[in-house]
Amino acid sequence: MKWGVVTFPGSNDDHGTLHVLREVLGHEAVSLWHKSRDLHGVDCVVLPGGFSYGDYLRCGAIARFSPVMSAIGEHAAQGGLVLGICNGFQVLCEAGLLPGALVRNRSLSFVCREASLRVESVANPFVNMALVGDVWRIPVKHGEGCYIADESTLDQMERDGQILLRYCRDDGSRSRDGADGSDYNCNGSLRDVAGVMNATRNVFGMMPHPEHGADPALREVSWPGSGVPDGLRIFQSIAGWVADRGQRLAVDSMR
Amino acid sequence: MAEQHVNLQVAREHGLTDEEYERLTTAVGRTPTIEELGVATVMWSEHCSYKSSRFHLKKLPTEGKRVVQGPGENAGAISIGEGLAIVFKIESHNHPSYIEPYQGAATGVGGILRDIFTMGARPIASMDSLRFGSFDHPRTRYLVHGVVAGVGGYGNSIGVPTVGGELVFDPGYDQNCLVNAFTLGVVEESRLMSAKATGVGNLVMMFGSRTGRDGIHGASLLASAEFDDKSEAKRPTVQVGDPFLEKLLLEATLEIQRGDLALAVQDMGAAGITSSTVESAYRGELGIELDLDQVPLREEGMSAYEIMLSESQERMLLVTKPENVAAIRAVCDKWDLESAVIGKLTDDRMYRVKRAGKEVIALPVDLLADPPALQRPSVAPTETTTEFRLDDLPEPRDYAQVLRQLVGSPNLCSRRWVYQQYDHYVGAATAVHPGADAGVVRVLGTDLHVAMTVDCNARYTLLDPYLGACLAVCEAARNLVATGAEPLAISDCLNFGSPERPEVMWQFEQAIAGIRDACAAFETPVVSGNVSFYNETEGQAIPPTPTIAMVGLLRTPKPVTPWLKSEGDVVILLGRTREELSGSEYAAVVHGNTQGQPPWVDLEAERRLHQVVLEAATRDLLRSAHDLSEGGLAIALAECCFLAPEGLPALGARIRVDETMRADAFLFGESQARMLVSVRREHVATVRDLANEAGVSVAVLGDVGGGMLEFDGLASVSVAELRTLWESALEKLVG
Repeated sequence: MKWGVVTFPGSNDDHGTLHVLREVLGHEAVSLWHKSRDLHGVDCVVLPGGFSYGDYLRCGAIARFSPVMSAIGEHAAQGGLVLGICNGFQVLCEAGLLPGALVRNRSLSFVCREASLRVESVANPFVNMALVGDVWRIPVKHGEGCYIADESTLDQMERDGQILLRYCRDDGSRSRDGADGSDYNCNGSLRDVAGVMNATRNVFGMMPHPEHGADPALREVSWPGSGVPDGLRIFQSIAGWVADRGQRLAVDSMR
Repeated sequence: MAEQHVNLQVAREHGLTDEEYERLTTAVGRTPTIEELGVATVMWSEHCSYKSSRFHLKKLPTEGKRVVQGPGENAGAISIGEGLAIVFKIESHNHPSYIEPYQGAATGVGGILRDIFTMGARPIASMDSLRFGSFDHPRTRYLVHGVVAGVGGYGNSIGVPTVGGELVFDPGYDQNCLVNAFTLGVVEESRLMSAKATGVGNLVMMFGSRTGRDGIHGASLLASAEFDDKSEAKRPTVQVGDPFLEKLLLEATLEIQRGDLALAVQDMGAAGITSSTVESAYRGELGIELDLDQVPLREEGMSAYEIMLSESQERMLLVTKPENVAAIRAVCDKWDLESAVIGKLTDDRMYRVKRAGKEVIALPVDLLADPPALQRPSVAPTETTTEFRLDDLPEPRDYAQVLRQLVGSPNLCSRRWVYQQYDHYVGAATAVHPGADAGVVRVLGTDLHVAMTVDCNARYTLLDPYLGACLAVCEAARNLVATGAEPLAISDCLNFGSPERPEVMWQFEQAIAGIRDACAAFETPVVSGNVSFYNETEGQAIPPTPTIAMVGLLRTPKPVTPWLKSEGDVVILLGRTREELSGSEYAAVVHGNTQGQPPWVDLEAERRLHQVVLEAATRDLLRSAHDLSEGGLAIALAECCFLAPEGLPALGARIRVDETMRADAFLFGESQARMLVSVRREHVATVRDLANEAGVSVAVLGDVGGGMLEFDGLASVSVAELRTLWESALEKLVG
């Protein structure tokens, strides 16, 4: 499994993501420079959090025009995996690789805290080390994380299992219609959406930061004895799926 | 700008004293140019020259076996082993933040970050110490919102976690808020960079942002004078920050360092090009020649005067050998930053500046960089606030009600509303998040953990600046020890009124002496810091506020945290409780009494307490540890109940009350050198023995469990109810 983590000017979580992939997961991970089209043959590209190009226009609006993004577009078109975290999610929406958009939090304030997330769908490369209905805890930290899309798009994504994670209460419950300003939905996202996948099921964007809920040594300080950190399960899900795909291809070639 | 003629009147308008103008004209032997007057004014301003404080700062202990870099560079550094050093400093941005809270606070964060990466260190954590007036003052809410948004807006964008801080409300800051920003970075010891220019003929480069007309005279006019009714007009002297550009500047600077391309690096903060070039040349005992035509400008037609005094943010200065210029420009191009060679080093120790081929400044470097230190007169105030008798405070009848009142009061309620707006995860290394005694960050690639805290109780320093400063150091040390860290060094941010008033100078001297004595006792040298005078408005000074930022290294494999862990654990109080209430938060909030003496200071008792807590922590005997400070035992215990991380149950506790003293003194008194710990029942005897051996008082107070906070016979309140009051109070107050 080989990972690539993009560095845009202004990326902040690139270092943290590389640290988790290399040191916690023990995988090969390379840094991808925004001015280069070379993806170094990675299995999964991660677009990390931060503020690409300062985000003075709209988050992710400039990053989509960078050379690395055109390479990532081709990678995705060929079925390659792409994970966008926070600003990376915003970039993917701006680039048209994911439906919808992310706008300013309803509170108008930056929010940094632990979020409870309900697993909504598990037949996919990104969230599969879980059962539907599991509640994960992964931190959020953003000022523009309110997910919006038109009603028909939201209906279609719900129907096709493209919504993988939703904000919820600690017990997994949500208010009936969501986005009513309930405290558990930290940004006002429509239908409590925290992470969505594209129709071809190889591009995933999420506002919460799995890399910051992944290192057992850090999680142990606050939640001793809580086992595999939920953030780590995202990266493990992807790695497991890539390994399975490799095996399937190997078996196919034997036939 | 038409050429302006310089005379005594113009010099006075710049803020120079008659003696200073005399010194300038004598040194140059002619009428100085307007540019010379401008640079002399900023270099000799209180903000840049430390002329009133230098004499006293020399008394602070600055040496120790871990000290790699003491005061004198952009930040101090200490060794943490494995070939690594931590670089840190705290700095004020008070005046700009009162005038323009968002940009003032944002550029304060930007400035302190530059101080750290200028040394070649990658910043890994920040803290902020904020002080505002009372909520009765019309400006307070506006300032709180603006400053918090500014700190977050800059800090969140640059990718450095904010892991701690303090927030205090007191009417003494109604007309002068305090914004003190701290940043800590890590560097390989051998790669620490210096701001000292070396090598005649070497080139001086600028990189980063272009130079514009913003922040002109920020250091001299804004930060070196008290406020009056015209202060609002100084808004244009506040700079505007661009954190995105600073992020690029950070990465480019560290890349230049990794490539060994620069001989010296200096950030441009107060007084921009002037201060950075003068200081670098002075440190290297060299001269410097600048050609302002080479400086990248934001707009055409800027005069030499404007270029020299601009405080445009996100600019850096470096000195390099001619053969490395191309490589440096390549790094800057990679990060899309402007860069230019603007001058060279000379051997004549003169400061020469050209614009359009004409020399506009020719002054000795030493004249600019080293104005005489002043020994301003100091006098103890005649008005005393020491009158206090315990009987002045009637004992409350309903302790449950007092608890509710205190947990929801401005200085004791949860700070979550603030730190929820700060990114404290970025960096993937935060082990202990804001809200605990100290922030703890792991140094990636090692097993080392750095703990940091920032503290000052200005209620104490107002009553007695010597004792108060001692206690600020004591509290900072206890906060580190509570996480299992050994205190190592401090950076201080000394916020005071006008040094021209003898009462303020007296407070300053007393505070320095307090810091000196406490730091000597704990062997925690002062390696960096900042002085901010003129925090006063129309003769009304702020309470003396020597903010202490202290750092330490964890002695345990993972940090000790303050919240209660399990039903059945035992709560133990370490340290002696005296029957003292003067100066306490309880006396102020419940009784409106701020008279008397601060709590008793016993540095030896503090040391012994550190010893016991660290010994117990390293032997893994502590389930939790929490420092006792504002609000005393009752508030500390309540916090132990409240601070459980999201998703974990908030446990209660039942506590026996000491009947040998007034109950309110036992519950809310702020006796120092105390720590509240919880331990497994089977470890009680061991911890008691450890304390007894070290001569530290120890009292087994009660048990962890249930959903109530119970003080036997006095009060029993639901933890959930108190926690809601505590958590929601600040948001309601700031509106």
